[in-house]
Amino acid sequence: MSELLDNKEAATKAVVDWMNKKSKTKTKFYFKDFYKIFPDDKPRVIKKVINKMVQEEVLEYWSSGSTTLYGLKGGGIQHSSEGEE
Amino acid sequence: MAKHETPLLDQLESGPWPSFVSDLKQQAEVRAKNEEGVEFQIPQDCVDDLLGVLELSFKHGRTHWKHGGIVGVFGYGGGVIGRYCDQPKMFPGVEHFHTMRVAQPAGKYYTTDYLRTLTKLWDFRGSGVTNMHGATGDIILLGTTTPQLEEVFWTMTHDMNQDLGGSGSNLRTPADCLGQSRCEYACYDTQALVHFLTNEYQDELHRPAFPYKFKFKFDGCPNGCVASIARSDMSFIGTWKDNIRIDQDAVNKYVENDAAYPANAGAHKGRDWGPFDLEKEVLALCPTKCMKFENKKLAIDDANCTRCMHCINVMPKALKVGKDTGCSILVGAKAPILDGAQMGSLLVPFVEVNADNDYEAITEVIENIWDWWMEEGKNRERLGELIMRQGFQKLLEVTGIEAIPQHVAYPRSNPYIFWKEDEVEGGWDRDVDEYRKHHLR
Repeated sequence: MSELLDNKEAATKAVVDWMNKKSKTKTKFYFKDFYKIFPDDKPRVIKKVINKMVQEEVLEYWSSGSTTLYGLKGGGIQHSSEGEE
Repeated sequence: MAKHETPLLDQLESGPWPSFVSDLKQQAEVRAKNEEGVEFQIPQDCVDDLLGVLELSFKHGRTHWKHGGIVGVFGYGGGVIGRYCDQPKMFPGVEHFHTMRVAQPAGKYYTTDYLRTLTKLWDFRGSGVTNMHGATGDIILLGTTTPQLEEVFWTMTHDMNQDLGGSGSNLRTPADCLGQSRCEYACYDTQALVHFLTNEYQDELHRPAFPYKFKFKFDGCPNGCVASIARSDMSFIGTWKDNIRIDQDAVNKYVENDAAYPANAGAHKGRDWGPFDLEKEVLALCPTKCMKFENKKLAIDDANCTRCMHCINVMPKALKVGKDTGCSILVGAKAPILDGAQMGSLLVPFVEVNADNDYEAITEVIENIWDWWMEEGKNRERLGELIMRQGFQKLLEVTGIEAIPQHVAYPRSNPYIFWKEDEVEGGWDRDVDEYRKHHLR
């Protein structure tokens, strides 16, 4: 696990900052987008940390039924058809 | 008196087949009468409105549902699919009408007490409308509001020992056949394996991190009652390594048309098909023509048997699957969203199904595949599409499985071979600096 991912506060800040930076154009992100924030970590390790952030209500899931995206808690459209954002 | 006129839906009841419209009308009436005095937690007339919105969709030729959203239960990234009606003023009963997926038990065995408890809960906190079962295999509970989700989840997990199923970019609820609980053909205990993997991969089921959906399905034998070969990203099909067991006396009873030995276990008794003809009904239909019957003796060239199961199905009292059993693993099946539908491709011809070592031979393949797909798969790309894009050879490389003739779909058309160093005896040394001394860039 990289130092960044291992440090809970720094990892959370990196995710929140990255999402805020993108928030003008996008509020929901694929899981793969987190790979860019933690390029040195394996997906299954990133997953454990990101899902902790959901449990701590920093992030939330958005699901179309077939695909799941992640967003900042309360950010963007809360429910809608796919492709309507 | 129905709340909404539904002339278009009424036509769907006119055919000879059972109609979901009749079922919904019946449920709307049950809720309207409420003879059991249920304290409905969502609008009593939600099923009337469900019929109404469907009628409107038929009239307009387009849907009035929106799907997707943040709804779910705490800590879970699947199991609930948000549904909203885009005509809430006309149909307030279905303004929020979420779907819940409930993990079905292995082999879909229920007690009547369980089913009564579940339907009672759903009458109380939902629409009472269910789909037993959805395409993935789950129990589908159709229609409830957001505040009811946690309540339903609490009752299911605390009082019924019941979990939600998978949805979204998760491992979907694994599904299996009845297996050894009822079927003599089953080559491994499908229910034990499905139960183990469901527990082992709880995180993958509930906390989404895959590029898209991922499905496991388990067939106890190549008859494939679950059709795992067509319906799952990873399909586990029972098979055997040794020979088909032959009872020659029983074969001759079939040949003699002994009444105690009906062909196909008597499955087609409803009509007189004439006397059983071994040559026509078994030997000639063998896909690899690996059987012969001479001097009252049936012989099978087992090395050429493709496990089609036809002979065993026709003469179950005479032929049985081998004793050295396990399963084959096939990968990459999917429905036709991109590139058309695909059947699974054989990856592992035979693997032991061993509960004593926690099925380690199977979990190793699964986890290697997941690591590759999570790393390389594009967003919303199924495993089958990744295999198409990067090649089956790449799949063999990441799983550490050696290529065998059964992996080859057709002879190569590309005459060039790109060897890797470790594939060539002795390897080679390549000094780029030395090369550049003599060859400029």
